[in-house]
Amino acid sequence: MKHVSRLYLGLVFAFLYLPIALMIFFSFNSADSLTQFSGFSLDKYAQLFQNAKLMGVLRDTLLIALLASLAASVLGTMAAIGLYNLRVKVRKLVMNVSNLPIVNPEIVTGVSLMLLFVRMKDLGVSLGFVTVLIAHILFNTPYVILNVLPRLRQMDLSLYEAALDLGCPPRRAFFKVVIPEIFPGVLAGFLMAFTFSLDDFVISYFTGGSFQTLSVYINNSLKKGVKPWMLSLSGCMFLIVLIVLVLMNVKDIRKEKLQNSKNY
Amino acid sequence: MRSKRLLYPYLVWMALFVIVPLAIIVFYALTDKAGAFAPGNLGYVKNSASIYLDSLKIALLSTVFCLLIAYPFAFLMSRMKVSRQRMMNMLVMVPMWMNFILRIAAWILILDNNGILNRILLAFGMSRDALPTFLNTEGAVVVGMVYNFLPFMILPIYSVMAKIPNSLIEASRDLGCNGFQVFRRVILPLSVPGIITGITMVFVPAASTVVIAPRLGGYNLIGDQIDQYFKGSANNMNAGSMLSLVLMIVILISIAIMNRFDRGEDTVIM
Repeated sequence: MKHVSRLYLGLVFAFLYLPIALMIFFSFNSADSLTQFSGFSLDKYAQLFQNAKLMGVLRDTLLIALLASLAASVLGTMAAIGLYNLRVKVRKLVMNVSNLPIVNPEIVTGVSLMLLFVRMKDLGVSLGFVTVLIAHILFNTPYVILNVLPRLRQMDLSLYEAALDLGCPPRRAFFKVVIPEIFPGVLAGFLMAFTFSLDDFVISYFTGGSFQTLSVYINNSLKKGVKPWMLSLSGCMFLIVLIVLVLMNVKDIRKEKLQNSKNY
Repeated sequence: MRSKRLLYPYLVWMALFVIVPLAIIVFYALTDKAGAFAPGNLGYVKNSASIYLDSLKIALLSTVFCLLIAYPFAFLMSRMKVSRQRMMNMLVMVPMWMNFILRIAAWILILDNNGILNRILLAFGMSRDALPTFLNTEGAVVVGMVYNFLPFMILPIYSVMAKIPNSLIEASRDLGCNGFQVFRRVILPLSVPGIITGITMVFVPAASTVVIAPRLGGYNLIGDQIDQYFKGSANNMNAGSMLSLVLMIVILISIAIMNRFDRGEDTVIM
């Protein structure tokens, strides 16, 4: 039985990882052919970094993801605190509307925003960086709210009240007591928002006009077939994910060690 | 801290960027280019009926395959040591952090006529004429969908199963359940909320996705058809809005139906 389950887990992981592994393997191929290995070279990586257009797109994508997830963290945290103080019924109603952009099919969110921005042409709005940024803040904010609200519910309000009783001004009590309590939720929401922003295709595609994020740029190129730089890009992305994972694990292990040493 | 005022900016924001856009979609769906009421727009839906059905078929197939693959996987995962579980969780999520379009490109590389799969078949002595075509088939689209959405099925089912204590399974064993009965009467009922969340999280994107079908299947699903109307050669925003509106209604209704199966105690939010 144990062997069967090992085999099963192995097969599923093979399915999940083989396509990525093959991309990375052939990214080191020297020949022009993408699928016939003829020798080792880093040509495809050189091509990647020499592609000025792609580098610009990459910078824009990171900027959008960073700005959108920061804005969503602020807007979402404020909204979550407001929601926390609402009656359950009203809160449920507001949450349902707030979750619409992530419950709805992405394409509906995308085209509805595109129509809005196109209608706002007379106000000087045109599809581009700003409209993509607004759209990303829109679909990122619900994730922040969903992460912050449970933190607020777990929080002990008497701490905040004690601070007030001891003469702390409300604003200061808020930043000194409430924010540190809910910060892990805000951070989790921020990280979620950041990764969704980086990966988003549909919404950027419809709200961007001729402005391209990374996914949109790759898709436009993919229409003419797989390009060598796509393989090396996969290699680079995998390396970054790996580094982030290792860093996160090191932090986790340190935290555990710290906790263990406290226990003894 | 005790005030509702902090919510106000978000209410204005939602009105402007959630409510108004949806109202505009409804408006476009019901009018023609000149802005006059046009119930005839429903004709666009009729013309695309076969595309809707194709999308439904592909989405159902992908959801079923995801469920079949994910369910045993999630169970095995949930019975591991806690430290192991955390690692497995990571390993399931890593492929999702690779770019969506790059993941599709990887499958083109594999399934193409001169792709990796066919090269392997050649190496095993298959003749060039007998090589099967993998790319531009429905099968390729389903594989692409399952590949992209499988983690969305594994993770919610796993998170529910991880909460089933081993003692519960042992108790039902002690009380005389055989393996199948343990599954049927203990594990399955307790994992329903995860299954519901997983199905919703796979079905909705699979039914409305763009790009996967044209790149891997060489044809359009409903998302791609809407894309054609908004940004492609067909350029007819009224028709596109009508199709989007119908798609949205169908999907919101199916989510509502799915949620009725859930007793609502333990809904998982990713």
